[in-house]
Formats: sequence, structure tokens, C-alpha cells
Amino acid sequence: MAPRVPARVLASFRRTGRSQAAYALAAPAFVLMLLMLIGPLAGVIALSFTDYQLGAPAFSWIGLSNYREMFADRVFWISLKNTLTYVAIVVPGAVALGLGVALLIQSGAGLKSWYRTVYFLPVMATLIAMAIVWEFMLHPQFGLVNGLLRAAGLQGHSWLQDRGTALYSLCVIGIWQATGFNMVLFLAGLVSIPKHLYDAAEIDGAEGAWSRFRLVTWPMLGPVTLFVVAISAIRSFQVFDTVQVLTKGGPSKSSEVLIYTMYTEGFEFFRSGYGAAVTVVFLAFVLLLTLLKSALGNREVHYA
Amino acid sequence: MTPRARMLLWSAIRHIVLLAGALVMLTPFIWMVSTASKPQTEIFSSDLHLIPYQFALWDNLLIAFAKADLWRYLLNGLIVTISIFGLQVLVALPAAYALAKLRFLGRDVLFALVVFCILIPPQATAIPVFLLLHKMGVLDTYAALVLPFTISVFGIFLMRQFFKTVPDDLIDAARMDGISEFGIVWRVMLPTAIPAVTAFGIFSVVAHWNDYFWPLIVLNSEHLQTPPLAVAHFRNNEAGTNYGPLMAAAMVIIAPLVIAFLFAQRRFIEGITLTGIK
Repeated sequence: MAPRVPARVLASFRRTGRSQAAYALAAPAFVLMLLMLIGPLAGVIALSFTDYQLGAPAFSWIGLSNYREMFADRVFWISLKNTLTYVAIVVPGAVALGLGVALLIQSGAGLKSWYRTVYFLPVMATLIAMAIVWEFMLHPQFGLVNGLLRAAGLQGHSWLQDRGTALYSLCVIGIWQATGFNMVLFLAGLVSIPKHLYDAAEIDGAEGAWSRFRLVTWPMLGPVTLFVVAISAIRSFQVFDTVQVLTKGGPSKSSEVLIYTMYTEGFEFFRSGYGAAVTVVFLAFVLLLTLLKSALGNREVHYA
Repeated sequence: MTPRARMLLWSAIRHIVLLAGALVMLTPFIWMVSTASKPQTEIFSSDLHLIPYQFALWDNLLIAFAKADLWRYLLNGLIVTISIFGLQVLVALPAAYALAKLRFLGRDVLFALVVFCILIPPQATAIPVFLLLHKMGVLDTYAALVLPFTISVFGIFLMRQFFKTVPDDLIDAARMDGISEFGIVWRVMLPTAIPAVTAFGIFSVVAHWNDYFWPLIVLNSEHLQTPPLAVAHFRNNEAGTNYGPLMAAAMVIIAPLVIAFLFAQRRFIEGITLTGIK
């Protein structure tokens, strides 16, 4: 015969049992989080104060030396400037085009989902493969772009091999790839605008597409737009694939960007300490943008 | 102009602009297929034409498959993406259930950590994680490709939000039936969460199929290459000589996801734009 246990004791027993189960359920995630995310994050900051090199038997704490070296290095400043230029071109480009396409798609009924699919295709397709296609399209002699220019009676150009145009060519690929992503976010934002606002605006005498846009769409889309800008900026800051495969940061550092600098220092020269210092700069920018985005995200914006 | 004429005019303008834009978006894809279908002589000619005079897609595909073991790379991509997603689910779902439905000391701290970790960009932890894998001696293995991504804090966050909406009665009923907490995760919570898990799965598979940065860092051996790494490698080997087979290889690499996308656009768009809400 089982001994009688007071219900209260039983309940608390069950609760402890359950909270033990909770620890068991959350433990793998917690351990992996420490091992793969929080530890490495602390690690990268700590490393940036050392002279550690992969394979070296020992390392020492060298305080701010990596940062001093970095701030004295011309390449770092070029890299930072190029990254900011890339962001400053791709973000407005991809946001404006994404918004424009979303508005046009939403303004009528025909072929809606077909357009959405086509504009989203570049987001889906493996960027490295498409970057290689772009490289051939930009081929000075046999590429489509120069071919079309010649057909129009214009001079061709060595887009990726010229230090004056390499970074901008990468920007074009960046915009091509990001527009569809932004379009989808804007479409979700547009769908969530209550229809009665347009009716109300019409009653108040707002006629024509432009005044509807100015009085209803744009104010309602404002928070979404800020949000899309922040996301695009974060994604553009991480530009790496196209640079690594198409230009290797060249010619003469004209398309060197932060993550690429980090990659060469950290994984080609194995200067882990210095690479970590570059990473910290990158991290500072991205965290700033992320915090900005989270602050916007809390403003009751709904998606999808 | 009558309102009807104006509507028609607007509709025409809408289609013209959207079609022009769509053409620009599609140009790289069209040019890829066109080049992959041309023989060498037509590729290296200044005469610009879209439809090849002599159709050579099959030859180019054969050369591509002969020069690079594309089946192997596709298989690698499959192994890596599926392993990552499977392990992510295995790790994230129990944690998400605990965070959403169980009360335990430190739950809020753990959840705050999850939210904090979402903010960490993947490139930021690359150097220390690389050193860790080096210490573990697993660089240049499948494990190096999979291990760092077994934890998806975003997945935990997403599933926790979803589990919050599951009624407690359902869980209590399962407990009455004597199902353990562990069993509840897989037999009660998972079936209710299939749409969310699917969306997360698409998000995860697309991200890791297309990932170039991490495989580039941790791999050396050719036979472990994932599709993006393989196509970049192919290009470096054939630099400037074999565009037909190169474009054919690019086609093969993007084909699985693009085809899946065309069949289930809605789900894909939903899944990929999940990043938008994080």
C-alpha cells in the first residue's frame, strides 16, 4: 500500500520534478550557447588585447597595441571607408527600389505573385554562384554589359579590374540581391495598413495616387521603412562573399571591406589578435545598428 | 481623360515598369543559362546573342560534372544543411518549451541571454570558434561545418514565442496521461508547431546551403566542399577559360533551392524573411 502523501507536498514535489526537467531540457542549449556564442564573443574581445597567432606556443597581453597598430594602418581606414561607402550606396538603393517595387506591385491586381517571385529570386539563389555569373557579365571583352554598351555606341569598361569602379560594381550586385528582400518586408507592411484609412482620406478629399501615398501610405509605412533601413545596413556591413571571390579587396585595396580585412588577417595570416581587433570595430557598428533596430521593433510594427 | 482610360493607362505603366525591373532582376539568370548553353567559340565572340546557334548545354554539363565532382558537393550540401537543421531542432525545441511553459529559477536570465545572443553577428565569433575547433582537432571535417550552428538562438526565440500560444490545458492533459516533460516536447508541442518549424527549417537550410564564409574558413579538403565553395573553387581553377561549364556548374548549384522555391514560394518567402522579425 502506498503511503498517503499530503496533496501540498505532492504538488511541490511535482513542481521540483518539473523544474529539474526544465533544467535538463534547457541544458544542452545553454551549454552550446556558452560554448559557441557567449564564450567566443568574450573571447574575441579578450583576443584583441593579445598578440596571439594561431600555432604560436604562447601569447602575451599587449593592451591596446593591436588597436594602435590598426588605427595607424592605412589599409584599415581604407577598409572602413569602403565598407561605409558600400553601406551608404546599397542601403538607399535597395530600400528605395524595394519600396518602389512593393508599391507598384500592390497598386494593381495583375501578375502580383509572379512579380513577387521574380524580384525575390536573387535573394534565394546562392550568392557565390550568382557573383560568378555577374563577373562574366562584367567581363571586359565578352561580357553582356560591355557588349550592350558597345551596341549602343558607348565605351566598354573593365568594371571589376579598375580601382575606380570595382567597389561600385559590387554595390550594384549588392542592390540587385537585396531589393527583393526589402520588397517583401514592404509588401507585408503595405498589406497591414487598414483599408478604412484610405476611405477616410478619400472622404477628406484626398484624390489621386500621390495624395493617398503622402497622406496614408507613407506615414503608416514610416516605422517599417526605418526597420528595413536598419536591417539592410546590418546586412550590407557584413558584405564578404562578392568581395572575396570577385576582387579580393583589390585592385590596390579599392574594394577592401571590414570583414574581408578580418578574414585575411585572422585566417590567411593567422594573426588572431589583430583580426580580433578588426572584428571588435565591426561588432561595434553592427551592435549599434541592431540596438537601433530593436528599439524600432518595439514600436508595435507587425510583419508577415 | 475618363477615369477608365486613366485606370488603363496606370495599369499599363505599372506593368511596363515592373516588367523592365523584372528583366533586370532576371538578366543574370538568363545570361547564365544562355552562356551555359553555348559552345566555347560562341562564348568568346564579340557577337552578342542570347540563343546559341549551336546548343551545347548538355556538353557543358558533362564537362562540369567531369571536372568537378558536383554530385559529391551537392551531397555535402545536403548532409551539412540537414544535420544542422536536425540538431538545431533537437537543441532548440526542448529549451523553447522550458522557457515558454515551465517555471524554474533563472528562466528570465536564460531568456535574456537568448535575446542577447540573437544580436551577435556570426562573423564576430568566427576567430574564437575557429580556435576552439582547432583545439578540438576537428577542423576540415563535417563536424567543423555543423557544430558551431547546432545552437540557433533565433530558433529558440521563435519556437518559444510560438509555444507561448499553445494552451496549458493541452500540456496538463498530457501530464495526466503520464507523459514525461521530455515526451511532451516531442509528442505534444512539436505536432502543434509544424508550421513554425517548417518556416524555421527553410530559413536554416537556405542560409546554410548558401553560406560561403564559414566553409571557406574551416575547410581544406576538396571532397568536403559545400556547393558555394565548390563553385568558387571551380572558377579559380578555370579562371577565364571555361565559361560554359562554369555557368553550367553555377546552374547546378543554385538549382535545388530555386526549384524548391518555385514550388513553394509562399513558404520560402515566409521562412527567409523571418530574419526580419528577429
